[in-house]
Amino acid sequence: MPLLANTAVLLGKELRTEFRSRELLMTTVIFILMVIVLFSFTFDPTSAESRRFGAGLLWLAFLFAASLMLQPCFLREQNNDTLSALRLAVSDPFAILLAKLAANTLFLLLTELLMLPVFAVLYNVPVLPVFGQLLLVFFLGSLGVSVAGTALSAISAQARMRELLLPLLLLPLLTPVLVASTQVTASLLDVAPFVQWKGVGFLAVFDIVFLTALWLFGEYLLEE
Amino acid sequence: MTAADPFQINSLQIDGAGIRFTNIEKRYGGLFALRRVSLDVAEGECVALAGRNGSGKTTLLRIAAKLVRPSSGEVQYTWQGDQDCATPRTGFVAHATMVYDELTAEENLLLFARLLGIDAPAVLVDRLLDEVGLAERRASLVRTFSRGMRQRVAIARALLQQPQILLLDEPSTGLDPEGVAWLANTLRKLHDAGCTLLMSLHGESPISALATRAVRLDSGAIVADARGAADIRGILAFAGA
Repeated sequence: MPLLANTAVLLGKELRTEFRSRELLMTTVIFILMVIVLFSFTFDPTSAESRRFGAGLLWLAFLFAASLMLQPCFLREQNNDTLSALRLAVSDPFAILLAKLAANTLFLLLTELLMLPVFAVLYNVPVLPVFGQLLLVFFLGSLGVSVAGTALSAISAQARMRELLLPLLLLPLLTPVLVASTQVTASLLDVAPFVQWKGVGFLAVFDIVFLTALWLFGEYLLEE
Repeated sequence: MTAADPFQINSLQIDGAGIRFTNIEKRYGGLFALRRVSLDVAEGECVALAGRNGSGKTTLLRIAAKLVRPSSGEVQYTWQGDQDCATPRTGFVAHATMVYDELTAEENLLLFARLLGIDAPAVLVDRLLDEVGLAERRASLVRTFSRGMRQRVAIARALLQQPQILLLDEPSTGLDPEGVAWLANTLRKLHDAGCTLLMSLHGESPISALATRAVRLDSGAIVADARGAADIRGILAFAGA
């Protein structure tokens, strides 16, 4: 299938360029680390306190870090007009978006997993017993952030005041993802952890709806 | 010639292709980039687009490459060979190099060869790197290249699928006189092989000597169209003034 083959080739390119420059990963890791460390000094991170605030804090840090990560996603393609070269080469432009989306999700997930042990130690919250469930929430939340973020990054890259436009559009749009992810994560960090399936379902539906919209209208996002 | 054959520029045989622009208009808000442009580029022609900056040359080339949708009008392609594709094989060398600085020359060409679905891309990339004189720098990151070397990678990328139509937007940008002579020679071989060339140029150069026709654009409209050698020189000299 040309779509999947092209997506795989483009994902390989995204990974190669990122692991060569480490621009996005370094920025997001440092940002999240700073937020987690700074907030650990602002209140006494007892276990009970952390269980109340931790999830919200973690997802706010992820969301702002994601907006930093998504900004250069399409801007990088404008430096040498490589987006035009990609559009000329692929048979289905959705492959370009799919590869960007997969790479963003992967980078975000990797950052989250790197930061989770730091969070667990600094905030005195045991995460190992619910690691599998947390991974599911992180994946669904990150996918939601990446789907909407990739689309908006493509739009804002061609606009004036692009640095301002992306967070302005992204943050309100992702509020439902932030709320649902925070609620599900909080339920997992509870003294008696449980999976809030309603929130998980909402995240899954959000991802599917936005992914479908991206598939239907993605071609127009890439046009000049 | 099939896209799977290793690239040997001296022995290329390319199926002909042509483009017909009919009443093309392109507006950006209230600004007209192109005004009712009609142009028939026949198979095997080498058309030089001339005109001052902002006259619409780049827009016309980007419309031909299907990168920009015209506000009105129609672009039609005619070509021989594989009719399963929506358009003939088209290569585009733009102002920007359209290659990744963070990848090596070889990685760039392999990336685009794979996206184009070319069989045995490594063999083709080897030949092309040799052809553009970058075989020894194949493993160097493009960001370490001079502008002229980047332009050579850009040209190699455009030649990957042995284009039936090659669109070039001021292709000699950044090339030294030796590079311009090499490019003119490469384009001559492609043209002799049957490739249709549509290129924007500023003034006369070894590349403009290839033109079998010159079209001058002014404020988005065609104001001159000539085929004779003297008239072509006149149009290019005027545009380069």
